[in-house]
Amino acid sequence: MAIDKNEPSKLRWGELEEDDDLDFLLPPKEVTGPDENGIKKVIEYKFNEEGNKVKITTTTRVRKLAKARLSKRALERRNWEKFGDAVREDVGSRLTMVSTEEILLERPRAPGTKQEEMKVAGDSLAQLSKGGAVLMVCRTCGKKGDHWTSKCPYKDLAAPVETFVEKPATSEASAAAPGAGKGAYVPPSMRAGAERTTGSDMRRRNDENSVRVTNLSEDTREPDLHELFRPFGAVTRVYVAMDQKTGTSRGFGFVNFVNREDAQRAINKLNGYGYDNLILRVEWATPRTN
Amino acid sequence: MRPILMKGHERPLTFLKYNRDGDLLFSCAKDHTPTVWFADNGERLGTYRGHNGAVWTCDVSRDSMRLLTGSADQTVKLWNVQTGTQLYTFTFGSPARSVEFAIGDKLAVITTDPFMELTSAIHVKRIAKDPTKQTEESVLVIKGPQGRINRAVWGPLNSTIISAGEDAVIRIWDSETGKLLRESDKESGHKKTITSLTKAADGSHFLSGSLDKSAKLWDTRTLTLIKTYGTERPVNAVTMSPLLDHVVLGGGQDASAVTTTDHRAGKFEAKFYDKILQEEIGGVKGHFGPINALAFNPDGKSFSSGGEDGYVRLHHFDPDYFNIKI
Repeated sequence: MAIDKNEPSKLRWGELEEDDDLDFLLPPKEVTGPDENGIKKVIEYKFNEEGNKVKITTTTRVRKLAKARLSKRALERRNWEKFGDAVREDVGSRLTMVSTEEILLERPRAPGTKQEEMKVAGDSLAQLSKGGAVLMVCRTCGKKGDHWTSKCPYKDLAAPVETFVEKPATSEASAAAPGAGKGAYVPPSMRAGAERTTGSDMRRRNDENSVRVTNLSEDTREPDLHELFRPFGAVTRVYVAMDQKTGTSRGFGFVNFVNREDAQRAINKLNGYGYDNLILRVEWATPRTN
Repeated sequence: MRPILMKGHERPLTFLKYNRDGDLLFSCAKDHTPTVWFADNGERLGTYRGHNGAVWTCDVSRDSMRLLTGSADQTVKLWNVQTGTQLYTFTFGSPARSVEFAIGDKLAVITTDPFMELTSAIHVKRIAKDPTKQTEESVLVIKGPQGRINRAVWGPLNSTIISAGEDAVIRIWDSETGKLLRESDKESGHKKTITSLTKAADGSHFLSGSLDKSAKLWDTRTLTLIKTYGTERPVNAVTMSPLLDHVVLGGGQDASAVTTTDHRAGKFEAKFYDKILQEEIGGVKGHFGPINALAFNPDGKSFSSGGEDGYVRLHHFDPDYFNIKI
């Protein structure tokens, strides 16, 4: 490569004329000290295995964990030799680790607000993917509940014990689902059939008027279902499960009626109905029909 | 803040203590080996090998040269902090539950559990400057309280000894004669075992934590109840900030609640309260088991907590901790 000797400032380091005896020289290491964000850049030059010059840029974030201003005695102690079990301390012992999580001094929330927040979250979750009570599986909680894995309220924690499901508007801040987990112990006060306050009854009723439709064709979408079920009564919500990758229907969906009787009639009439070359299966969304 | 996790102990932690300069942290656990760490980065300095039972308590002298540890193997050992060698062993007839150096480090108060025919007792031992001249004899032995005495500390100027234990009564004794000077009021005092006691930096008041889910602040001279802090969990450990008016409580979980509450990993927290307003400021979560030990660094800028999970978590406060307002 021809090098313009009149403009030495435009030389790139890789194109430097390599004198034979200067081949082993590398440009010096550059360190750009920690800036206001604590970012430190170190640029080093090395020879790799094939003998080529390589430039390695290391960007690190320097974070000061603590400011230690030690007294003279403390400084002396810093240089004491290790004793006891610490004598054979290898660097990889990982006895002392900095936590990966940022822990904050969490201010306490007033009990009222906390419960409202949770209830709203619970209901919006319910609306997002309604009716799929049996089919929604959350990997983090490990149970079929009212949310998918990405919406799991416990996604930052290790898998919690299977006791926590819904957030009833009771005075208790925590509750155990009636045996929703695999054999989790449920105390008598919290088993099904124990009296509970009915806070969110309004919405629950609607969700009990949910109808599951299976064996849908690929092209079926929400408007189709809405059109199909509208004659039977007021429909609050329709949902068709979609395959994200292909954009087609996964073959099932849910329809929420305002009135239970309408839902019952829809089931009676549409179960077995031929729709777009497939025979539909229409039933209650939740196994128990009451 | 990013806590530093130190997993040096295989068994639950029992006690944590900073030295006076705040650069060393001593941890005691049920695994027989007290350990010393550097308080700034959590690096382990060494361990003290020699006990044959759970180590319940420790205290370090003001010059950070001597360490006293009390253990369930019925001995209290005096160690050289720097080298880890044992200097002296006091033997008792029952497990030692609490030790504390007096101001001046010439005396130490040791409590022992009730065991077989022995009742619980408070011993005062002289600590000689030269370990070779150390003797076993007690200067004073106080017997009397029923049940275990979980903690005994020196009052201001070493004139009194304050003890608290399973009978939920705090007692102040004269350290020269052993006479009982004061007892805490049964009505306003704790209702269940007092698990921990910590003194304020200036010694004018102290805080006691109890399994009755509360902690109480008392005046050292008159033993009047000043403040009460309530929590939902039994309190296992208490500490006070030497810098701000904060009180920290660490606790466990009622055995009866274990099956009914949702147990989520990392939910045990050290709760911060405003000392004067008695209101909760916040909690620091992270432990996987009940918190058994708490200690504040004498400079007030960091604290550490030890849990049933065997971890010591060292927290250096973020700058906005010092600006908290209720």
